[in-house]
Amino acid sequence: MEFKLKIWRQKNARSQGAFVEYFISGVSKEMSFLEMLDYLNKTLIESGDNPVAFEHDCREGICGSCSLYINGRPHGPDDLIATCELRMTKFKSGDTIIVEPWRAKSFPVLRDLIVDRYAFDKIMQAGGFISVNSGAAPEANSIPVSREVADEAFDAAICIGCGACVAACKNSSAMLFVAAKVSQLALLPQGKPEAEKRARAMVAKMDELGFGSCSNTGACEAECPKGISLAHIARLNREFLLAVFKT
Amino acid sequence: MSSFINTSIGKKFLISITGLFLISFLAVHLTGNLFLLAGQESFNLVAHFMATDRVISFMEPLLAVGFLLHIVFTAYLTITNQFKRPQKFAKVDHRQTSSWPSQNMFVLGGLIFIFLVLHLSNFWYQMQFGEMDYILYGDIWVQDAYSLVTGKFIIWWYVLIYVAGAVFLGLHLLHGFKSAFFSLGLYNKVWGGRLMLIGAIYSIIITVGFSLIPVYFLIGHLTG
Amino acid sequence: MGKLQSKIPDGPLEDKWNNHKNSVRLVSPANKNNLDIIVVGTGLSGASAASTLGELGYNVKSFCFQDSPRRAHSVAAQGGINAAKNYKNDGDSVFRLFKDIIKGGDYRAREAYVYRAAQVSNQSIDQLVAAGVPFAREYSGYLDNRSFGGVQVSRTFYASGQTGQQCLLGAYSGLTRQIARGRVKMYARREMLELVVVEGKARGIITRNLVTGEMERHSAHAVVLATGGYGTIYYLSTLAVGSNASAAWAAHRKGAFFANPSFVQIHPTSIPQLNDFQAKLTLMSESLRNDGRIWVPKKKGDKRHPVNIKEEERDYYLERRYPAFGNLVPRDVASRAAKERCDAGYGVGDTGLSVYLDFSHAIEKHGKEAIKSKYENLFEMYEKITGNSPYKEPMRIYPAGHYTMGGLWVDYNLMTTIPGLFAIGESNFSDHGANRLGAGSLMQCAGDGYFILPVTIGDYLADEIKTARISKDIPEFEQAEKAAKEKLQSLMAINGKQTVNSFHRRLGRIMWDMCGMVRNEKGLKKALKMISDLKEEFLKDVRIPGAINEINQELERAVRVADFFDLGQLMVHDALSREESCGAHFREESQTAEGEAKRIDSRYSYVALWEYQGEGNKHSLHKEELVFENVEVQERSYK
Repeated sequence: MEFKLKIWRQKNARSQGAFVEYFISGVSKEMSFLEMLDYLNKTLIESGDNPVAFEHDCREGICGSCSLYINGRPHGPDDLIATCELRMTKFKSGDTIIVEPWRAKSFPVLRDLIVDRYAFDKIMQAGGFISVNSGAAPEANSIPVSREVADEAFDAAICIGCGACVAACKNSSAMLFVAAKVSQLALLPQGKPEAEKRARAMVAKMDELGFGSCSNTGACEAECPKGISLAHIARLNREFLLAVFKT
Repeated sequence: MSSFINTSIGKKFLISITGLFLISFLAVHLTGNLFLLAGQESFNLVAHFMATDRVISFMEPLLAVGFLLHIVFTAYLTITNQFKRPQKFAKVDHRQTSSWPSQNMFVLGGLIFIFLVLHLSNFWYQMQFGEMDYILYGDIWVQDAYSLVTGKFIIWWYVLIYVAGAVFLGLHLLHGFKSAFFSLGLYNKVWGGRLMLIGAIYSIIITVGFSLIPVYFLIGHLTG
Repeated sequence: MGKLQSKIPDGPLEDKWNNHKNSVRLVSPANKNNLDIIVVGTGLSGASAASTLGELGYNVKSFCFQDSPRRAHSVAAQGGINAAKNYKNDGDSVFRLFKDIIKGGDYRAREAYVYRAAQVSNQSIDQLVAAGVPFAREYSGYLDNRSFGGVQVSRTFYASGQTGQQCLLGAYSGLTRQIARGRVKMYARREMLELVVVEGKARGIITRNLVTGEMERHSAHAVVLATGGYGTIYYLSTLAVGSNASAAWAAHRKGAFFANPSFVQIHPTSIPQLNDFQAKLTLMSESLRNDGRIWVPKKKGDKRHPVNIKEEERDYYLERRYPAFGNLVPRDVASRAAKERCDAGYGVGDTGLSVYLDFSHAIEKHGKEAIKSKYENLFEMYEKITGNSPYKEPMRIYPAGHYTMGGLWVDYNLMTTIPGLFAIGESNFSDHGANRLGAGSLMQCAGDGYFILPVTIGDYLADEIKTARISKDIPEFEQAEKAAKEKLQSLMAINGKQTVNSFHRRLGRIMWDMCGMVRNEKGLKKALKMISDLKEEFLKDVRIPGAINEINQELERAVRVADFFDLGQLMVHDALSREESCGAHFREESQTAEGEAKRIDSRYSYVALWEYQGEGNKHSLHKEELVFENVEVQERSYK
């Protein structure tokens, strides 16, 4: 297979980036998209160029490092996957493939396709936890949690923090990310005592860090590698509004 | 309260509340308009009732405020959201992930706003400040709103504009209806599908209802 | 041997940990505020340790090379986390868990450590549940357990197939809380290059800021390494691509002994290599072997499509060789048997490095729906990656490097041979002997980080309360920074022709072929030579584009691979010196007539500790004899 690649190249956070075109041939259909980029990088290095910088680590869709915006879609033209799970069989030989970094004010580009997502950590620091010290926990089975609730909490908890929701959103909103954590911890009895405080703090931090507001378009849900439901955003809204109106 | 309005969810709350208010107004408006199909006297009496009823008169300025807040806050959020992504994506493909109306609510809202200005100047302004004919029903003189309306709806491009307005409104509601419930947190897995369905049905009723009237009079004019 | 005091407390096995907790010295709250601790790595052990130390009032600095602490590779653990809660009332107990781990490790782990790990396992579950980890539950609302890895009780807590992710995120959330409180300062995108030792004590680290390329000095009263395993030495493994041994290796070069480096667990069922550019192997759950039959063609190099190969032309080699256990032989046996067939030229696929795992008989017997209900997820994942449906044709599988039981030697306080340097989680060697049981790694990480290290580190720091904040402007820091800089500069200066990955791939192949599932003296000796030749070639011909003072992923890789050459050599030395087979370490010279692993307790019942003796010099070997007082040492047999 062969492709024309238009890849965003940017030296560092301060410099201006631009698309650079590459032609690549000899791509096998068994490659993953990232292996295709590895292959491109090999040829770039051997010909004296700088390789394309992109983030990746576990390469099995769970660490959330990979973050490429491919042909207009976060994580490329397939559903329920991270970029590392995208296979070249999703493309036709001869295609032009446009590869961009996540673009958002809160995710500044550091180099080529690498962006800084530390804003997500800052949102978590605002309240994405249950305040229990090590050793202070009660016996695990002392608080039964119905299976339905545990499963729903799990469905929110599987967020990998990749940022595809922000990239997918026309407003660069981080609502799905925030909602996943708020919802998970609000559902579980352990997280209830701090639920309202948590919702307020995390939303305030999200706003402060320059993420946009939610338009409920559903693009985030559709592009989320883990298929986290918009219902969690509704729960976040509810938690937040309850918190506000109670005080 | 000001800190609440300063948050993104706070603004969405106001947009939702005002949106739902406007949605309920549309139902009243459509019901009134449907009396056009019942004939001149019925409609004129309904219009007269609307113009003189205390509750309706009380709601009128509220409606104006509702519109204003809805527009101001959406405009504010839409414009500020533009700055959340200083460098745009070179290619965006939303086709498979979200509906066209949901991605274009502000555009639809803008088109509806233009339509609204036209609509208000045609009818509302005319009835408030213009020269109107009066008809005597029983012992009260009533504005002949019927003739004003039907007089416009025999012009084909007027009808076209009104049908377009109704379609824009329907598309706006298609996303807006369920989105309002979403933003208020009134959504879960059970009600998600139902809300979508109710919203879709409501949008269709509004679009068809508001389109039906001008088309009815145009066809009547052309064939009669 | 003065350094090698394992500090195992006296008393009966079950009282040792409590006795120790009661006797370790404490640091008062006021003094904790004056003590700095560095924690390198933010996996389950690192994150739980950093947050707990922060809660206690120490000043903690936490480091990770990823962009966020949440991405550490604990995130990829699938199956579960063991604890001796006995919720199933099936006779489980701390002692049974302890015994299973000792036996699973083929009697090459220390009793006292393993017993303690089993003891704190229950607390870890309590802690993780309280932190919001949504473990699977029964309809009653109580926690569910499943059985795992052939043990006779159900003691594994799980969250679907993402237990590691959920446990890690639980620990990570605790870490973020301490960051918000200001007790932990987080340094993401930092790679530790050097350990700073002052007057014999670990006092700090040198890191490279992976965004700016700057060298940074960080000082502390104690340094904790939670840097994970080194399975990526095989290039292709189930590990994250970025996992590496460089921090542990830097510590080793400064005097921390490396224990049992050759003990590496190879997992039998991963999706095989599909192309030459593959960067990583994906695990397929071992449970598939319950219904799948493993075979290769009887004819060498048979390239026909598997469904066209007739029944009588197939070699169901596991059933042939192990009629009693068939396809359900233990991990190491299954892995070795697959390798044997492929090496002999019977492997399938383009590369010839895979075997078939066939479900056609099971589908015929139980129906497609029954098989689908059991394995739908896995079949879908397989089809997504390979494009082939296991319903229609056999899966192709091959073993893959997975977990390193070896690591930095630590005493009962989890302190290495360098005073003030601690190692926790997979980066130490302590709990799993020569083979780890399923769902044991999360158990160890949580125990080390939440409950063991925070107690034992106090014993060391109690002596440090009078030590002022460590200055970074002392010669030791200067020298360490200089050494790190020079290392990077010399790598950049090579300016050769070949990529770092091409060397890594070749190194991985050597390690895999000669120091992987099966080892023999001839191969190991050959490997020593090949590794040293490859290292020489690397130092002459590697090409690292770009500069030091910018994001440079090739440079990051080069540093890691450079250390892998040295670690690889040490692994080979270790494998050479242990002329027995035990657990995952299989020496061809030491096998029974039936080809089973033969342990030689009379000569090798020890932990092998390797001491660094300077660049280019041979490591020296120390032995810590293993004593078994509470379990009967038995032979592992599958007959």
